Amino acid sequence: MSLRARLDLARPGFRLAVELEAPQRGVCALHGPSGAGKSTVLRCLAGLEPAARGRIDLGDRCWQDSARHHFLPAHRREIGYVFQDANLFPHLPVRGNLEYGMARVPIPHRRVFWDQVVELFGVGPLLARMPAGLSGGERQRVAMARAVLSSPRLLLMDEPLAALDTRSKAEILPYLERLGKELTIPMVYVSHALDEVLRLADHLILMEGGRTLDAGVPGTLLARHDPGAGDEDAGMVLEARIGAHDDTYHLSRLDFSGGTLWVARRESVMGQLVRVRILARDVSLVLTPHTDSSILNRLQAVVVEASPAHHPAQLRVRLDVDGTPLLASITRRSWDHLDLAPGRRVWAQVKSVAVL
Amino acid sequence: MERDGYTGHRAFWFRFAMTLAVFLTVLVAHGDEVNVAVAANFAAPMKRIVADFERDTGHKVQLSSGATGKFYAQIRNGAPFDVLLAADEETPAHLAQEGAAITGSRFTYAIGRLVLWSPRSDFVDVDGKVLQRGNFDHIAIANPRLAPYGMAAVEVLRSLGYYDALVPRIVEGENIAQAYQFVASGNAPLGFVALSQVMKDGRIREGSAWIVPETLHRPIRQDAILLGHGINNVAARTLLAYLRDNKARSVMQSFGYAW
Amino acid sequence: MMSLGTEDGVAILLTLKLAGLVTVLLLIVGTPLAWWLAHTRSAWKGPVGAVVALPLVLPPTVLGFYMLLAMGPAGPVGRMTQALGFGLLPFTFTGLVIASLLYSLPFVVQPLQAAFASLGNAPLEAAATLRAGPVDRFFTVVLPLTRPGFLTATVLGFTHTVGEFGVVLMMGGNIPGQTRVISVQIYDHVEAMEYARAHGLAAAMVIFSFLVLALLYRRQRPALL
Repeated sequence: MSLRARLDLARPGFRLAVELEAPQRGVCALHGPSGAGKSTVLRCLAGLEPAARGRIDLGDRCWQDSARHHFLPAHRREIGYVFQDANLFPHLPVRGNLEYGMARVPIPHRRVFWDQVVELFGVGPLLARMPAGLSGGERQRVAMARAVLSSPRLLLMDEPLAALDTRSKAEILPYLERLGKELTIPMVYVSHALDEVLRLADHLILMEGGRTLDAGVPGTLLARHDPGAGDEDAGMVLEARIGAHDDTYHLSRLDFSGGTLWVARRESVMGQLVRVRILARDVSLVLTPHTDSSILNRLQAVVVEASPAHHPAQLRVRLDVDGTPLLASITRRSWDHLDLAPGRRVWAQVKSVAVL
Repeated sequence: MERDGYTGHRAFWFRFAMTLAVFLTVLVAHGDEVNVAVAANFAAPMKRIVADFERDTGHKVQLSSGATGKFYAQIRNGAPFDVLLAADEETPAHLAQEGAAITGSRFTYAIGRLVLWSPRSDFVDVDGKVLQRGNFDHIAIANPRLAPYGMAAVEVLRSLGYYDALVPRIVEGENIAQAYQFVASGNAPLGFVALSQVMKDGRIREGSAWIVPETLHRPIRQDAILLGHGINNVAARTLLAYLRDNKARSVMQSFGYAW
Repeated sequence: MMSLGTEDGVAILLTLKLAGLVTVLLLIVGTPLAWWLAHTRSAWKGPVGAVVALPLVLPPTVLGFYMLLAMGPAGPVGRMTQALGFGLLPFTFTGLVIASLLYSLPFVVQPLQAAFASLGNAPLEAAATLRAGPVDRFFTVVLPLTRPGFLTATVLGFTHTVGEFGVVLMMGGNIPGQTRVISVQIYDHVEAMEYARAHGLAAAMVIFSFLVLALLYRRQRPALL
């Protein structure tokens, strides 16, 4: 049931020409800067861009094949689509919105159930309300529930969090995670926000300027492409497991192949896998392990290479922490002062760790 | 200096007033202007008459043609017409009674002739027997409530005894111009129209026609009257006199009017 | 002879029948036309839109005159209707219906077009991804969301047909019960200098139009005007 698509769409000043393949399970994220063509790809997949040429297959089902003049209209593709701005029907209450898609699926073909979805997205208390009276976060939850209730073969999410403030985002993200885990509907998730992508994606496709750059498992892919190079947020993502909790200091220990990291106490079960992100600017290098520092996390690493950063005073140093890549941002002067070179053993002091 | 400026102004105003006076004198000497409301059926001959009149007298005529009933309403409500050339006798009489026109000035300037006409060359016979045959869907007349020609047409049909049989086929134009339009466009194969509409230079222009004998309907008298607005307008009085002149009457004759 | 009051009554009934029928037909014909105009990128959009709007700028008598010629025995429409065995249309109720359709078309199409254009594609796309086909989308999304536009179109189409005069005058023939509608009847009364009867009908018409429009404006801001 994997998704394969080859798409070509020309617009004034923009051309989309991509080839992509997404695995049959889990969340496939489309990531890239604004204007990369991510949303357009999603619209093509949904059948909302009749001008697009190419071929789209979901499993053994062919949705579009321009060579054969075959184009399955959106309403027959059995998809669920979540729009950036929710796009609820303003004339229907929440219940009417939720029932709209569901009512159009014959009962024997329904694969998700009302109670389950209403509970999953916590929309029970909203059923009688009109869309105009909902908060942004509530609206987006209703939109997701509405899409899911139509028992789609594929869920397409177009930056569902982009229009929300930080608090609403934090409110929605857990629902999205549960969606991926509890319902076995494959999903294509478009976002330009790296933290969302890293938290949700099982498979990642990077896009830029209407083309796909690369595709693969998020961790390795991001290490390879150094996303946001030159940005303030240059950094690395690594996966770790909760190893211990320290109740005295309200800390949790994360274990990964290269060592351990202490972070503020997490309400997670032991052994749970989490992703953390370490920004290059939060990593400093020392030659000996300092114990007289306020910095809690120190990792033993080997210098792999150094590359120029955005500012001429800075260098970006790529490190290897026992197989896990890490980036550090240091001054050229420190590089010379510490006499660093590829292969040199150093201690990486990590000032802060963002748990995604 | 100040005194010079003052005299300068005075010189300017003096010259300005003189120029204006000369200009106005020239204008007045050139003749008066008269606003005339003329019934639609008489518009065509009136244009010819006005052209002669302007050349002969130096007066200027502004012609408005339309339905007599509409002119009545407008004149009652202060429209600045000096002369009304009506399609009937009643309207000028009403206006005189109501004080909107000068009683003694009313006279019949023309008598209209009714004609049963078809653009098809062999449709109407010279005796009007076509009415008896009745081989047509529609027969056009002017609205008898509004137009003297329409009233005359109904009188003709009644006196011949065809009215009741033909009522379902009658289509009414709001005025005689529209009745003509219905026939000319072929939507009604024949109709009662004004002789002036189908006559040119003393002859029926095209198609076939029966000129209805005047004994079959009351005469269609068209009266003219001097209106209150034109009471002091020399050109208006001159024009009314001119309508009785032979020159004007020969124009009327060529359009099928009598007097 | 009919009593005078009955004549007015016949004209009123005829007018309501004409306006009602024309409004229904215009909604049926005007909706797809307005939809096409609101969404097409075809080069025909300009010419078609202009033809629809022509009655807004042309004097009704001009329109009526051309219709009289076109529907006459020598006109293209007249030839067609004769060939099809319908006879000629002028001086018939059917002819009046057809003339009114053309005459009132912009008053129905333009509010609908504005409503469709302002609706945008977003709700339709949402419905399409939720399994709704085109017809389904129209009735469950477009219709409820553009109801104010439909209301405006219905009211303007109806009242404008009631108020239509020049076209009817040109090709009606003033036949009681067939083509003598209220506006023509009022004109007759005025022309015949029977101002009292004209006042009665005219006042009724003013009050009717005022009430309908007041109701419309109270409910919403109309899409046109």
